[in-house]
Amino acid sequence: MTTATATSHDDHHHGPEKGIMRWVKTTNHKDIGTLYLWFAFAMLLVGGAMAMGIRMELLQPGMQVMDPHFFNQLTTMHGLIMVFGAIMPAMVGLGNWLIPMMVGAPDMALPRMNNWSFWILPFAGGILMSTFFMDGGAPAFGWTFYAPLSTTFAPDSTDFFIFAVHLLGFSSIMGAINIIATVINMRAPEMKLMDMPLFVWTWLITSFLLIGAMPVLAGAVTMMLTDRNFGTAFFDATGGGDPVMFQHIFWFFGHPEVYIMILPAFGIISHIIPTFSRKPLFGYSSMVYATASIAFLSYIVWAHHMFLTGMPVAGELYFMYATMMIAVPTGVKVFNWVSTMWKGSMTFETPMLWALSFVILFTIGGFSGLMLGIAPADIQYHDTYFVVAHFHYVLVTGALWAIIAATLYWLPKWTGKMYNESLAKVHFWWAVISVNVLFFPQHFLGLAGMPRRIPDYSLQFADFNLISSLGGFAFGASFILLAYIVVDCIRNGKPVDARPWDGAKGLEWTLSAKADYHTFNTPPSRELIENESQHS
Amino acid sequence: MKRLTALLSALIATLSTRAFAEYGLNMTEGVTSVSRDIYDLHMVIFWVCVAIAVVVFGAMFYSIFAHRKSIGHKAANFHENTKAEFLWTGVPILILIAMAIPASKVLIDLEDTSKAEMTVKITGHQWKWQYDYPEEGISFISNLAQTSKDAINDNNKPENYLLEVDKPLVLPVDTSIRFLVTSSDVIHDWWVPDLGVKQDGNPGFINDAWAQIDEIGVYRGQCAELCGKDHGFMPIVVDVRSKEDYKTWVAEQQSAKAAAVASATKTWSEDELMAQGENVYNTSCAACHKKDGSGMVPVFPAMKGSKVANGAASDHINIVLHGKGGMPAFKMLGDADLASVMTYERKAFGNTGSVIQPSDVKSAR
Ligand code: HEC
Ligand code: HEM
Ligand SMILES: [Cu+2]
Ligand SMILES: [Cu+2]
Repeated sequence: MTTATATSHDDHHHGPEKGIMRWVKTTNHKDIGTLYLWFAFAMLLVGGAMAMGIRMELLQPGMQVMDPHFFNQLTTMHGLIMVFGAIMPAMVGLGNWLIPMMVGAPDMALPRMNNWSFWILPFAGGILMSTFFMDGGAPAFGWTFYAPLSTTFAPDSTDFFIFAVHLLGFSSIMGAINIIATVINMRAPEMKLMDMPLFVWTWLITSFLLIGAMPVLAGAVTMMLTDRNFGTAFFDATGGGDPVMFQHIFWFFGHPEVYIMILPAFGIISHIIPTFSRKPLFGYSSMVYATASIAFLSYIVWAHHMFLTGMPVAGELYFMYATMMIAVPTGVKVFNWVSTMWKGSMTFETPMLWALSFVILFTIGGFSGLMLGIAPADIQYHDTYFVVAHFHYVLVTGALWAIIAATLYWLPKWTGKMYNESLAKVHFWWAVISVNVLFFPQHFLGLAGMPRRIPDYSLQFADFNLISSLGGFAFGASFILLAYIVVDCIRNGKPVDARPWDGAKGLEWTLSAKADYHTFNTPPSRELIENESQHS
Repeated sequence: MKRLTALLSALIATLSTRAFAEYGLNMTEGVTSVSRDIYDLHMVIFWVCVAIAVVVFGAMFYSIFAHRKSIGHKAANFHENTKAEFLWTGVPILILIAMAIPASKVLIDLEDTSKAEMTVKITGHQWKWQYDYPEEGISFISNLAQTSKDAINDNNKPENYLLEVDKPLVLPVDTSIRFLVTSSDVIHDWWVPDLGVKQDGNPGFINDAWAQIDEIGVYRGQCAELCGKDHGFMPIVVDVRSKEDYKTWVAEQQSAKAAAVASATKTWSEDELMAQGENVYNTSCAACHKKDGSGMVPVFPAMKGSKVANGAASDHINIVLHGKGGMPAFKMLGDADLASVMTYERKAFGNTGSVIQPSDVKSAR
């Protein structure tokens, strides 16, 4: 069935259009996946450049390269761009590329909407970036934009920020609807839900998180908009409002949001570890249930970000217990990955190196998360560099690590070619060492009392900041090599077989070496699905 | 991989021996019962994490070494084990319950401010702290020390750079103190690690926290909630004294206050006003309007050539007393300070406004 559609597409009218209009008008899930991924990479570089600016200012005590107001703009925009511009679009890009192939569908269920979800992004990103050039500068109130700093005390450009957040929300919600529709309606008729690979499962569950969380964010920014411009006082105590309510609304979005970024990563890792352990994934169904319970719990723990806002004790106790509970399903996942390796026949190609370091480093981020969840201890941790270390371990060496692992793992399927393995190994070691030099000392800084979001610090923090900055520059530079590795693979990579990893399972590996422009025009058979399932 | 990790930790260790010695890597134990309880919880949960890490990463590394294809290991084919899965769901739950019990006790204790013997009200302003002792009738503002401000662009940093203030909060030792924390503009957070107190100050609401400090000494902290441009420049210094020394300090403050009230009723000379006005301006206004009066247009208007500073005194007094948009209200400053700072704004930077006397401010309140 795959060979039947394999060769004919070039002269067939369903082939890709030539030139730039191919990308503008495309409704093909593979093209759109590619667009998302390149967009995310570009945003990663933009957000990364801002991080370099931040680390440059923090290299040593004193203000050397910028003023405090610009520093706040940089941290704010860095956070927003990394979350909404880099990690989320990259995950959507991977979902676009992989989900139809993994469920044996010819494309996404709503291809035109798919085009729109992508093409909104560059405009939202452009609007956000343009605020740097406005009077009063870009938003400078942190990516959490707490009121009233983001309302009464914010620069005029905040209204553009609000518009950009709305656009990003539309894009995400449309993307989520599309994925749900694809998985439910376009899945091969012979594929049961419990046959689906974990990347599909995690994305399906993530889509429900998106649909639940993004409208809440839209609500928050809309209230900000009316507070700023139309005389309402949702978050203004002098008008009967409450600034703490803003935080409740924000984190009701914000905590699910952090799981939106990590659940697809769990899915990716659950593909890579079995492949290179040459053993089926341990505990497939408990992985699915763990993902679902994490998603559920993520809606009921939001106020662990707010232990110091003056909540009543009963509230604090509840949110502490609920937060601690998340550690259980998260632990199950880690134990399952280790058990998958156990008694396997392991090899260490670069995607596996990224996956293994993901398990260790993400777990370190999980440990600091558990510590943060202990409400009394959070009094000392909250809003310090300890939190900065925590969320970079889960987001950089968690979500971003999985994205890089996935890119290398599926690149042969996307391009029909193999990347340069030895260069990729150099890149891996470079990144994994520098990222720890960058973020590990931040635990110490936080415990020693350095608040986050400050442009200058007292002398006892100087040494660790210096180390952290140097690690940061090295880590930043490693992405130049990553770009080279990917471009080199596309241009000069050696052709590969349809299944370049001998332990890999999944419908995508049954397609031709470079997946055709249109795949699964006829759905895969039951036999094929069973052979390629993760739990056989 | 092991060798690389060893190398890495050696590198970190040598590079930062100085920091190890100076400050340590860990949370402070602090000087209150609450801070010590927090420290203990922190250490317990830390070692729990270390223990879990040893088991999990140990199993993983064992697998990486023993179950490699390159040494000829053949893959087994199991993918389920109900007993194991039951175990690693159950054991973490038990560990978490064991953690939750002491954590709940500490939490309930530190939220209980009913035992307090005295109260201090803390108000965050962009970017300074105001301390009020309601029972003693004392009130003052605490700004980043000028020595630190001057050193921001200078390689020669003073001791306690960015952790020094012009007027510290003075407290008695061995006394249970309730802190009422609030804000006049955006959200701030009053944090002194050694006291184990970190509390958001929300505009329009009052939060509370408490501490009983066991040791005389000076403790330093910082604002811990992003509050705008100079969030990194509003430190906290707590000067804890013996009960007798504290009483003496209170008496001094009260008589100083009486003197200030008396001086506000007299008529000041322009030179007196200008001299004091320059000080007040540099500590309270220069963060936004800049030392040379140039401001940061368009966010913070320039004082040089300002229509208000060169216009009617009543408008000037009104905006400084009550604030407007991003301009904070300054009614917590004394009449003399306000009159002198406004006179300074009206006469310095080439401005040509009139003199304002403390009595003008008083009648405008
Ligand atoms: C947090 C920053 C900030 C600080 C500190 C500050 N100001 Fe302002 N000030 C402003 C802003 C913003 C405005 C513009 C308000 C508006 O018109 O909406 C302003 C306006 C003014 C004006 C009116 C100027 C004009 O031309 O319209 C005067 C007078 C003034 N401030 C005096 C003071 C004095 C006196 C102090 C110190 C005691 C001070 N300000 C401290 C932010 C600040
Ligand atoms: C074991 C699971 C986890 C627990 C128990 C946990 C707990 C916490 C807690 C309590 C905080 C608040 C800290 C504070 O502000 O004082 C926090 C912050 C944060 N966490 Fe986690 N976390 C976990 C996993 C994750 C994951 C998987 C992600 C994302 C992929 C994540 C991303 C973040 C982010 C971005 C913040 C910072 C938010 C901010 O700017 O204040 N966390 N976490
Ligand atoms: Cu959270
Ligand atoms: Cu602050």
